[in-house]
Amino acid sequence: MNSTVIVFPGSNCDRDIAVALEKLNFSNKMVWHKETDLPRSDLIVVPGGFSYGDYLRAGAIAGKSNIINEVIKHANDGCLILGICNGFQILTETGLLKGALLRNKNLKFLGKDIYVKTINTENQFCNKYKKDEVLKLNIAHNEGNYFTSKDHLKELEDKNLIPFKYCDKNGNINEEYNPNGSINNIAGIFNNKKNILGLMPHPERMVDQIISNNDGVNLFKSLLD
Amino acid sequence: MKFSVKVTLKTDVLDPQGKVVQQTLYNMGMDTLRTLRQGKYFEIEINENNEAKAKNKIEEMCKKLLVNLIIENFEISRI
Repeated sequence: MNSTVIVFPGSNCDRDIAVALEKLNFSNKMVWHKETDLPRSDLIVVPGGFSYGDYLRAGAIAGKSNIINEVIKHANDGCLILGICNGFQILTETGLLKGALLRNKNLKFLGKDIYVKTINTENQFCNKYKKDEVLKLNIAHNEGNYFTSKDHLKELEDKNLIPFKYCDKNGNINEEYNPNGSINNIAGIFNNKKNILGLMPHPERMVDQIISNNDGVNLFKSLLD
Repeated sequence: MKFSVKVTLKTDVLDPQGKVVQQTLYNMGMDTLRTLRQGKYFEIEINENNEAKAKNKIEEMCKKLLVNLIIENFEISRI
C-alpha cells in the first residue's frame, strides 16, 4: 500500500508516522507542503505538530497551502485520508471534515496517555479492532476540544461517524474522563463517506511494545486490509 | 483604504480564555463586571478606491481565511 505523509513547517510527528507506516510495510513517501503534485497514494496522512506555529488558528494556514488542494482532490476521489492531531485541525480548516477544534476546556496543553473506546469498527480504519475495545493512546495538544453544530452532531451520532470516544480505563464514557471538553467525548470523526478520519490521539506513538504499547497497530493493519 | 475587522466567538461557543480573564478581573476587585468575551482584531489596508469593492474584498478575506465561520462572527468597519 502506498502512503504519503505531508510535511509542513512546524510538523513534528511526520517522522513518527513514517516510522510506524514503514514498520507495517507501507511504501511511504514524504511530501513538502510547497509541492503541487502527489505521488500515487492509497493513503495520505496529515501529521501532528504545530504547522506554521498555530498562527491565526491551529491548522488555518496549512489548510491553504499548495499541497492541500491536491489532498482535497484526492479526498474527493475517495483516497483514504488520515489526519492526526494538528492533521485533524487542518482537515477541519479545509472543510474536508466538519466542525472545529477549540482551545482545551481547562486551558492547559495536554500531553498524556488517555483511553478511548472504539465505537464504530465497520470502516477501513478500524476493522481490525473489536467493537467497544478500550485503547490506551497518547494525546499532545492545546486545541483538541471538538465542537460542531447541533445538527452535525446529531448526524455524526445517527450515521455512526464517530469511531473513537474518550473514556476511562474500563470503557465508561463520561465527563470526568473527557480530557479536553470535546462535545460528546469525541476523540475522532469521519466524513460521510468514511474515507477521511481525523482524530486527536496519536496511534503512531503506540506501535511498539518496547517504548509504549501496541494499541495503535490495528489502525494501520486495518488500512492494509 | 483602511478597514478594521473584529472577530468574536459565537455566543454558544465556550470561551475559556475570556472566562479566566473575567475571573482574574473579578478577583482584582472589579466586582461590577458581568461578562467578558475575548476576540481578535485585524487592521487591513487595501489598494482600492471604491469603498463597496474594498469591503467585498475584505469580506472575502474574512470568509476564506481570517474567520472560521463555524465558531466565529466578524464585523468590518472603515477606519
